Amino acid sequence: MTFNWDLVWSSFGPIIGGALTGTIPLTLASFAFGLLLALLVALLRLSPNRVLSGIARFYVSVIRGTPLLVQLFVIFYGLPSLGVKLEPWPSAIIAFSLNVGGYAAEIIRAAILSVPKGQWEAGHTIGMSGTQTLVRIILPQAARVSVPPLSNTFISLVKDTSLASLILVTELFRNAQQIAAFSQEFMVLYLEAALVYWVVCLALSTAQSALERRLDRYVAH
Amino acid sequence: MSPTDPVDASLVLSARGLTKSFGSNTVLRGIDLDVRRGKVVALIGPSGSGKTTVLRSLNGLEVPDGGTVTFGVAADGGGSGGAGRPLALDFGSPVGKREIAALRDRSAMVFQHYNLFPHMTVLKNVTEGPVQVQKRPKAEAEAEALRLLARVGLAEKRDAYPFQLSGGQQQRVGIVRALALKPQLLLFDEPTSALDPELVGEVLAVIKELAEEGWTMVIVTHELGFARHVADEVVFMDGGVVVERGPAAEVLGAPRQERTKQFVKRIQHEV
Repeated sequence: MTFNWDLVWSSFGPIIGGALTGTIPLTLASFAFGLLLALLVALLRLSPNRVLSGIARFYVSVIRGTPLLVQLFVIFYGLPSLGVKLEPWPSAIIAFSLNVGGYAAEIIRAAILSVPKGQWEAGHTIGMSGTQTLVRIILPQAARVSVPPLSNTFISLVKDTSLASLILVTELFRNAQQIAAFSQEFMVLYLEAALVYWVVCLALSTAQSALERRLDRYVAH
Repeated sequence: MSPTDPVDASLVLSARGLTKSFGSNTVLRGIDLDVRRGKVVALIGPSGSGKTTVLRSLNGLEVPDGGTVTFGVAADGGGSGGAGRPLALDFGSPVGKREIAALRDRSAMVFQHYNLFPHMTVLKNVTEGPVQVQKRPKAEAEAEALRLLARVGLAEKRDAYPFQLSGGQQQRVGIVRALALKPQLLLFDEPTSALDPELVGEVLAVIKELAEEGWTMVIVTHELGFARHVADEVVFMDGGVVVERGPAAEVLGAPRQERTKQFVKRIQHEV
């Protein structure tokens, strides 16, 4: 087998382009919406109201108990039969946000619970309301605890966005697939795709370590 | 004259008939407590006697099942927002969030385990309440905080995080955090119980100074020697009731009740 170096170099462009215009924005948007959703769901889960916490528990259970690919297909291929027709991009962002929301909600809930009760009490005794205490005292401390697991969720999301290729989103992996189908060089193209994912995840791991160091500045070492 | 008579302007706080159960465990069986302006009341008693629950009922960290808590008019006539107006809570009927919040505005608490905010510097810990809750100008709150920190010898620690301080230093910051709120009443929940023995003195010295300055305080403590020196009144609790109360020298020096005698004797043996 002769190695087609020209193809290797010429295909990196579309693959990296797919990362920049597809994978990365899709990840960032889904993670941002997903985190907001997760915070809301975590607070509902912690609510003394049984109906609210029940709804949140049900949501988390469904998201974690079904495959992400099925969630994507329900939204993109399933909803049109109910009259809801969404384009690939909105479908992907909705599916990934809902997915992140389910997983990150449990992380955030556990992080909030890990902050000692005395911190709530101290907030109350200096006159803070429950919301003020949550925002200014509890969440900053919960954030430190939740960075490592949330980073894992984020890195998983980067890789999971490759599934969006199956609902026609033009991203890293779909570009690789198309060139592979056209050139029949499957090994080369899929290894290239793998390499680009890996580099992105390596960069994220480095950023994660830096963030953890920064958030650890007020903790004894 | 009734103890809650509004004519008695020297009363900062008056609690009547406080009761509290946790499940089937009754911890308070009708507690009365009066605290007069500038006076120090020490709550003593064996663990499980309910003394900490009494203290936490005074600022709503525990909501009693019954009884009343009344705050009189502040000495300054209510300069600090609404926190100077008289307030009466009757726990016999459901008490709302707003009433609990009003109750909390009257006092500030110093905790056994300090409960400083670990993600904030010393200065931020102290100014958080004045700036975020009382909406005082930041510059003014910081100047006040630094003045108070200097008083307890911690001005140079303004930018340190709590984990960088010793237990005694953390508790002094905890006291300053409470003082910065300018409350009518200071509540201390076993302020030296978590400290290494050699650090107890520095914290007690600060509390003693505050007493001499005329702060009104309720202190739950096991330090009977300290209570005797600093407290105007000692309240001995056991089994959810007040067994004996009176001037410190009397309750600790010549207790009348058998249970008080035994307790004082036991504690002094440990020392």
